[in-house]
Amino acid sequence: MSTTLIMGLYVFVLGAFVGWQVLSKVPHLLHTPLMSATNAISGISLVGSLVAAGSDHDVMTTVLGSIAVTAATINVVGGFLITDRMLRMFKKRPEIVR
Amino acid sequence: MTTTDLVQLLYLGASILFILGLQQLGKADTARRGVRLAEVGMLLAVVGTLLHAEIITYQWIVISVVLGSAIGTAMGLYIPMVKMPERIALSHAFGGLAVALVGVAEFLRHGAALDKLALTATGLEVFLGALTFTGSLMAFGKLQGVIPGKPVTYRGQNPLNLAALALAIAGVAYLVAVPTATGVFAAVLVLGLALGVLLVLPIGGADMPVVICLLNAYAGLAAAATGFALGNNVLIICGALDGGSGIILGLMMSKAMNRSFRNVVFGAGANNVATEAAPVTGPASSANVGTTDDAAAVLTSARSVIIVPGYGMAVSQAQYIVRDLAAALAANGATVRYAIHPVAGRMPGHMNVLLAEANVPYEQLFDLDAINDDFGQTDVAIVVGANDVVNPAAKSSPSSPIFGMPVLAVDLARTAICFKRSFNPGFAGIENELFTRPSTMMVLGDAKKSLSALVQAVKGELRQAA
Repeated sequence: MSTTLIMGLYVFVLGAFVGWQVLSKVPHLLHTPLMSATNAISGISLVGSLVAAGSDHDVMTTVLGSIAVTAATINVVGGFLITDRMLRMFKKRPEIVR
Repeated sequence: MTTTDLVQLLYLGASILFILGLQQLGKADTARRGVRLAEVGMLLAVVGTLLHAEIITYQWIVISVVLGSAIGTAMGLYIPMVKMPERIALSHAFGGLAVALVGVAEFLRHGAALDKLALTATGLEVFLGALTFTGSLMAFGKLQGVIPGKPVTYRGQNPLNLAALALAIAGVAYLVAVPTATGVFAAVLVLGLALGVLLVLPIGGADMPVVICLLNAYAGLAAAATGFALGNNVLIICGALDGGSGIILGLMMSKAMNRSFRNVVFGAGANNVATEAAPVTGPASSANVGTTDDAAAVLTSARSVIIVPGYGMAVSQAQYIVRDLAAALAANGATVRYAIHPVAGRMPGHMNVLLAEANVPYEQLFDLDAINDDFGQTDVAIVVGANDVVNPAAKSSPSSPIFGMPVLAVDLARTAICFKRSFNPGFAGIENELFTRPSTMMVLGDAKKSLSALVQAVKGELRQAA
């Protein structure tokens, strides 16, 4: 097996382990914002699609890359915005209505 | 330090910020800061990528980013909270699409030049991405009602799906041996697209929370596969985080429905067929139907009240009037709390968001485990648009399809007042004996209208008493 694969597996397993520890502590209260935030973070596939869209290799790659960049950007921008919109609504105590 | 080193350091910084961000997201008072951290992480990752040596033209990147940002902003700002499950399903679809397209582009660009690891990962990435794309579109369609929510089952369904999965894996293996086989690559893509549809077809509307989590997990695994294909650690880490959150939430949801993951994914059809076959008896005759004035009379003398909201409340947008009712009862000196069942909405935590939107402070929201023992000492439990999650049959009747599912013990409260449109069984199509108990008062009709009348009646009674 190649070193790249082993290193990748290291990162994946440790990432999954840390993720499990962190995410299993999130209370039910915040599960929807959590899902919407991890959704935004998974827009990290931008990292791959930006390279495809900008490599100027051939028309097909550019087209596929550009669609991928658009889709991933929708998730990043929309995901972070809506997560914050949700979290802004969570208030601990009743608001004093003026 | 070379540019490559700088890029790697930026990715490392991004990964740290993502993990810290998710950690902060675990507490309501630090959650917004957590989102900020994750946003900065994303910025670092994108800046790092733009320094990539392979990027030589920015024209299409700028156009796509502007277009994506515009659509994303519109969706982020204007999608109503009740439609969150639909939005999440759609964004899983976008995520799957992006990953699949990156994989296709990568294969077309490098094809035979890719090494065995990259070929395997690209194959899996395209397969999982395609599966997530169509599966999420199906889930969106079912949630939105474009596609019938009823499970579609047929003989040999599971063997067919397993065969498709096996074929796809064989295809990826063949690609590693013969990297020039473009036809096989296309077949893997098509199998992914088909399997996405086939996997969600047999899953009923009531199981959608689990499906959404599962698709989240697939999207994460697809992103991780991309990371392996491109040798990019930040992608692997994010994929692991995303996949992990999907699996954790999915397991929690299944547990809350007393179903195994496997049962939801492969056994839903059989389960629901049994449900439909059960005779539907008309309980209306023996039920204790009350008016809003009757309900008001009971409520004004109550010292402790627990409100149990269900998806029906969200559909009729009654959460605002529920909050007004809670305020009126609290002004009368009653303790008012909300009991939230984990599967009360259409996705994990959905009900909490909807109540937060109506300005209900989260201090008053209690999980199933935290509040269930208190129903016995509660004067009135108010059920708004919830059905299966308060069905006592889950505790007492082994023949019920939902037997064993943890339910809110509304039947133990001195009085249960249930707001319901009609006596029709709920989303899962199961009879609920709670509605015919002597201690239960049914208030029939549109929840929002009934509750408005109830708030007026309660306020009226309180004024008379004063």
